[in-house]
Amino acid sequence: MREKAIYILGLLGTLLIVGNLYHIFLGMPGEAMQGQIGKMIFVHVPAAIAGFTFYGVAVIGSIGFLLTKDFKYDSLAVSSVEVAQVFALINLVTGSMWGHIIWGIWWTWDLRLTSQFMCFMLYLGYLLMRPAVAEATQRATMSAILAIFAAADIPLVIMAIRLHNVRTQHPAPVLETGGLAPSWWPPFLIAIVAFWLIGTALVLVRLRQETVRREIDSIRRELHAI
Amino acid sequence: MKQGLAAAWLIARKDLRTEFRTRDTINASVSFALVVLMLFSFAFDLGREEFYDISGGLLWLVYTFAGALIVNRSFVREVPNDCIDILIASPMPAWALFLGKVVAGFTLLMIVELVSLPVFGLFNNIIWLPTFWPQLGVMLLASWGIAVTGVAFSAITVNVRLRELMLPVLHYPLLVPLLIGAMQISTVLLKGQATDIFQELRIVIVFDLIFTSLALYLIEFILVS
Repeated sequence: MREKAIYILGLLGTLLIVGNLYHIFLGMPGEAMQGQIGKMIFVHVPAAIAGFTFYGVAVIGSIGFLLTKDFKYDSLAVSSVEVAQVFALINLVTGSMWGHIIWGIWWTWDLRLTSQFMCFMLYLGYLLMRPAVAEATQRATMSAILAIFAAADIPLVIMAIRLHNVRTQHPAPVLETGGLAPSWWPPFLIAIVAFWLIGTALVLVRLRQETVRREIDSIRRELHAI
Repeated sequence: MKQGLAAAWLIARKDLRTEFRTRDTINASVSFALVVLMLFSFAFDLGREEFYDISGGLLWLVYTFAGALIVNRSFVREVPNDCIDILIASPMPAWALFLGKVVAGFTLLMIVELVSLPVFGLFNNIIWLPTFWPQLGVMLLASWGIAVTGVAFSAITVNVRLRELMLPVLHYPLLVPLLIGAMQISTVLLKGQATDIFQELRIVIVFDLIFTSLALYLIEFILVS
């Protein structure tokens, strides 16, 4: 059942992305001011939204583990963090490419770039720490606490950088200002849905791997006991 | 509650007494602060006015690097002779143990900072004395944040392989909002500007409140596991 769900979600997401990209590249004119590179918005922003969705799932999974001590929640948390990191990286890299062409620089320490990068670094620490803890319950607990700490830190980072750097060069987010042309909305929303679908499929694959890994670990322990 | 606070005070006194008997950590930390201060003098070739612009940032880098040495050792020092197991098994609540360790770490951190500040002023020709009291206020507030998160990470990473490498990767990114606030306030104070620093102060205080309450609540989970 789960296998089928993975295939269906993955296939659906891929088809949506391919169809969407075809429409974006061949069926749409370039952005009025920026030309073709303006279409980066169809990858850049949906990746950020998908990334934050999965960070959110990871925090829910972490809280779930602390409350129930059920390893399923730990697996959900780590799988979601991994997937979220990929989306965050896509967001950072595409943003950097766009910045290179429009701003003439690869990177600047403005509000959104810095907070996204900090978020990426905090959860990178999370992923680095996990393999360094040998005992499973301890690993899950420490990871859960780290994920919660990181989540509590992100609003503060945004608050701090907002003070520090008001002269932001980042375009105002289209979702807040509604500045996106009506014909740009459908491919934009499709891209978000496609990333969510593929992300969910990846999380499901990782969840299965985590379950199998736990089973292998317990068999290994039993063998040791014998 | 009252008993918990008494236990926390006991732990803080124990930690400070152990530290002052050997003075291992504090000596290393002060020396490290001096080394960092010396390295800064090679790293930047700036005029006096320009140096004032980055003075708060540099000062807090020294405090953070030197301070992390102190607070991150907080729980590790209990590992030899299995002291940590005894502390966890003792009837005192987990938050009291944690609070005691934070108070001890915070005190040591303040000592290192109070030694580093005049040396920083001396080496770099920075006049710090007229704004000492407000500066001390920032140091107290921001150092509490460093101590709370540092001791929490010390507890989290007690059993982690390569913990010395892992700790900075985990701890420093978390401190970013606190440091942004503290660095800006310190720069404004050292430059003697009449800028409104209420917003920065608010971030430092909010950081302290959020992480103190989160850590006091979550420490139970950390220590039990």
